[in-house]
Amino acid sequence: MLISYNWLKEYVNVEISPSELADKITKSGIEVEMVESLNKGISGVVVGYVEECIQHPNADKLRVCKVDVGQGEVSQIVCGAPNVAQGQKVAVAVPGAVLPGNFKIKKAKLRGEESHGMICSLTELGVDTKLVPKEYATGIFVMPSDAEPGSDALEYLNLNDHVLELGLTPNRADCLNVIGVANEVAAILEQEVKLPNTSITTTEEKAEDFISVHIESLEDNPYYGAMIIRDVKIGPSPLWMQNRLMASGIRPINNIVDITNYVLLEYGQPLHAFDYNRLGSKEIVIRRAAEGEHIQTLDDQDRKLKESHLVITNGKDPIAVAGVMGGATSEVQSDTTNVLLEAAYFTSGRVRAASKDLGLRSEASSRYEKGIDRNRVYAAAMRAASLMADIAGGQVAEGIVEAGKREVNSYSVKMDVSRMNNLLGTEITSEQTASIFNRLGFAYKESDGRFEVNVPSRRPDITIEADLIEEVGRIYGYDRIPTTYLLSEARPGGLTKNQAQRRNIRTYLEGAGLYQAVTYALTTPAKSTHFSFSDEKVYPISVAHPMSEERSTLRMSLLPQLLEVLQYNRNRSMEDLAIYEMGSVFINRQEVLTDLPEEYVFVSGAVTGVFNEHLWQGERKTVDFYVLKGILEGLMGELNLSERITYEAGEIENMHPGRTAIVKLDGISVGFVGQLHPALQKELDVKDTYVFELNATSLLDKETDQMVYQTLPRYPSITRDIALVVDQQLPAGDLTTVIQAAGGELLKEVNLFDLYEGEKMEEGKKSLAFSLKYFDPERTLTDEEVVTAHNRVLKSLEERFGAQLRK
Amino acid sequence: MKDRLEALKVEAIGQIKEAQDLKDLQAVKVAYLGKKGPITEVLKGMGKLSAEERPVVGAYANQVRDSIQQELDKKQAELENAAIAEKLSKETIDVSLPGRPVKKGNPHPLTAVVTEIEDLFLSMGFTIAEGPEVETDYYNFEALNLPKGHPARDMQDSFFITEDILLRTQTSPVQARTMEKHEGEGPVKIISPGKVYRRDNDDATHSHQFMQIEGLVVDQNVRLSDLKGVLETFAKKMFGEDRKIRLRPSFFPFTEPSVEMDISCFKCSGKGCSICKQTGWIEILGAGMVHPNVLEMAGFDSKKYTGFAFGMGPERIAMLKYGIDDIRHFYANDIRFLKQFKNA
Repeated sequence: MLISYNWLKEYVNVEISPSELADKITKSGIEVEMVESLNKGISGVVVGYVEECIQHPNADKLRVCKVDVGQGEVSQIVCGAPNVAQGQKVAVAVPGAVLPGNFKIKKAKLRGEESHGMICSLTELGVDTKLVPKEYATGIFVMPSDAEPGSDALEYLNLNDHVLELGLTPNRADCLNVIGVANEVAAILEQEVKLPNTSITTTEEKAEDFISVHIESLEDNPYYGAMIIRDVKIGPSPLWMQNRLMASGIRPINNIVDITNYVLLEYGQPLHAFDYNRLGSKEIVIRRAAEGEHIQTLDDQDRKLKESHLVITNGKDPIAVAGVMGGATSEVQSDTTNVLLEAAYFTSGRVRAASKDLGLRSEASSRYEKGIDRNRVYAAAMRAASLMADIAGGQVAEGIVEAGKREVNSYSVKMDVSRMNNLLGTEITSEQTASIFNRLGFAYKESDGRFEVNVPSRRPDITIEADLIEEVGRIYGYDRIPTTYLLSEARPGGLTKNQAQRRNIRTYLEGAGLYQAVTYALTTPAKSTHFSFSDEKVYPISVAHPMSEERSTLRMSLLPQLLEVLQYNRNRSMEDLAIYEMGSVFINRQEVLTDLPEEYVFVSGAVTGVFNEHLWQGERKTVDFYVLKGILEGLMGELNLSERITYEAGEIENMHPGRTAIVKLDGISVGFVGQLHPALQKELDVKDTYVFELNATSLLDKETDQMVYQTLPRYPSITRDIALVVDQQLPAGDLTTVIQAAGGELLKEVNLFDLYEGEKMEEGKKSLAFSLKYFDPERTLTDEEVVTAHNRVLKSLEERFGAQLRK
Repeated sequence: MKDRLEALKVEAIGQIKEAQDLKDLQAVKVAYLGKKGPITEVLKGMGKLSAEERPVVGAYANQVRDSIQQELDKKQAELENAAIAEKLSKETIDVSLPGRPVKKGNPHPLTAVVTEIEDLFLSMGFTIAEGPEVETDYYNFEALNLPKGHPARDMQDSFFITEDILLRTQTSPVQARTMEKHEGEGPVKIISPGKVYRRDNDDATHSHQFMQIEGLVVDQNVRLSDLKGVLETFAKKMFGEDRKIRLRPSFFPFTEPSVEMDISCFKCSGKGCSICKQTGWIEILGAGMVHPNVLEMAGFDSKKYTGFAFGMGPERIAMLKYGIDDIRHFYANDIRFLKQFKNA
């Protein structure tokens, strides 16, 4: 909402500067987002009188003017505006003047003719082109004939004014008009509000003889008032009114339309002027539109209406969409003489429905949507009619033709001063409270610190005690509220085990060399299903109105987005990357989503290109499967789950079929690790890329053993190495499992330390070497015991896998 | 014989001094002190001496032997030291060459900011509450005093999935869920960090996905002045001990009274600069006293209990703290961006 400082001062006494005022308004609860000076750096612009205007001898588009710029001085000025003419009062930038953008005016010669200054358009004076009245849009601005040559043109054009831009929260729709802001400012500055004059002299004719009003549903339209103003003369509105409209961001059109807009800004009451002679009947009927009914609106668009829209009709056809826009057929035009002035209260739901469906948002519709003051509808109608009489020479017919109820009943809200002080932590007295209510213009009764406040109709946001407490608190001043500390008993804060473990996972992965990424949860429908490792049928979850296909469907895996990150970086020549993300994925097993989907925290990583590098020592090792597996093994150790995790070869969509392992916890899938499918790598244009994805929710769900200290060994251990020849296809993990089982209690450690698959081996065979450590914490082992156990191991290996000791 | 011994001593010591390496020295040792060496020879000839001369010559021979041995040891030490010195000199490396890099990643800047804020509130006795990112209309709006058709719903255009299910637009539903779990019994003292979603076009200052951290305290006798105390502690710890805070009245449907908190600008200390848009103040968060309707809907007696709530945006805080100019950087994950937050 744009508020003109000069206009505001008409209703409330303000003796502080615009910026000081803005600061006080902000501190009391309405944020002033900007204070804009309408003077954008102008000096030396005066009123001039064009005494003579003749064609430039050497240029078709220029004219040479003799302009009286005051004090008897007549200057020759060359002007290119098509509308300049003898007899006009104009704004003249005299030599030495400065225009916006630090544009300095000097004497000049234009095509051989001397020019002592410049005749200005409003745009040249810093007014936004879209606010300049259409007739002056391409030329100079013509000022009223009573302007005094030589006097400051900025005063006439109100360009010394300041505009306050208010950022209004939805509860303060009462400040969507100048009088509302005047009430607020009056409370802050402890001043009175002066309301405008609404007195009218009416003719003997009665409005009810010209029109009748019928409302079909008072629920949609609780009140409608119509006034008749005859014999208006359409023309431009006075300059002061045009100036205020432009300062408020509205382009002047003609006096009748300007008056409705002016009163809208002044009272916050949307009004509409119909051309009475073009109504096509003598009745107004307000009803719901028929489904598919058409209307041509003021902007000459054909609009198709719905049953949820409210329309004003002439008893037959729609002549306006209620609260949104008037119709073209009954529009006020230059030949209009008789006006029907509408002042109505439409409910916000009806206006919102039409405004949203038709894509039409206007000053009027937004005020109806946010709620207007019903008790001000009548006053606003009177104000507008009075201005139409004064400015447009109209004759106001007696009375207002009404349907519905003009005013609403008031209500009161109770507030207890002690409860207020308990909530705010203050010691505000009853007297201070009473004084604040007086400043706000709230009527009240008080006894013993208990207030009963009669809420004015302009403040429907006040309905409960806390609302009144806020009113008192904000006028009292939040900077005067003390700083205290909670009285409640101290309890320890802290992370849950799950939260602490999630932090551990992050710290571990970062320690392992991975950078944390945070990506979007919304992706494309296609990508949402990639890398699924769920056996059950799942259904993608799409939002109803996505901003784009790219961000339409919730992810079920973090990997598609991490791969996008790799691509993004690759496109910027960064090809060696190690990243991870921890975030939610969304799994839906319902064909129609009625319950919330399942949410799991996943932790996933992607590593591509060189992982270990030490340049001058010539080390440059690209990532492989075992780098990622090693990271996961370390992570499982961190989570105390090592013993319960297995890695089994498996297949996952988009993964390399021979280089992927399913990660299982107690035999149940919790994720996977492996290389991207080469086809996908090619599509993404990335180097060999290894990824992992783990369901952290499942991992952290498990109870783990409390850590217990193990006594340090007091007896020596015995280590035996064996090299085995086995089938090439045999997983080493299977051998380890069998060795461990056969070795029994005494076998404490099994480590694979060599793998050989070279040419020295028989076709289809490989050699694996293990180091076995035997140990008993209670005593020194005898050779015999170790030999027995070791032979058991060798025998099992031979029986199970035909493994032979390598010679 | 004595002269002979003396001559041998001089000769031996001379050779010892000339020895170039341990091998030379060993040869000298064998030559003079060995079993077939001249001193041994001399001692063997002692049988011919008289009983008086024998001990004198014997003693002298031992003396000569010891002197040679001493010289040998001395020379050996010298040669060994020289050998070590030479070896060390050959082993000298260029310590100015770069070391072997240790792999180490780091947290995303948003995580760094969220963790810092979490730790701050944990130290004040708060716990962390979490909830689903896909929410019901009830918890996201209705339980927070935003019934269907409420104009404030416009303030946060939402990603609805069905009529009743949406991506949460704020982390406040976690507050509603937590209060409900408390079944009308205080105290509640939580913060709830998490991702939220709004139907915005992504640009330098808007993101359809962003983070929020909200806080909630519900107990008997919780006052707006207490909120001021907690927020002041937060502002000082997060932005510097000499920060001042300012509360301005504002509006949120779930709090009444509602406030916005500004901190004095940490760049210019209130004089006015580009960061604070010449005002000296920077808007940091929204807060207020929990609306009685919200308390009642969650099962708390609003006559007995009061509470405060606050909410802030980690993106905004990170942007202010690190001078980041575009919110999209957080989600593009350019590695050159991520790597800058090693010490965040």
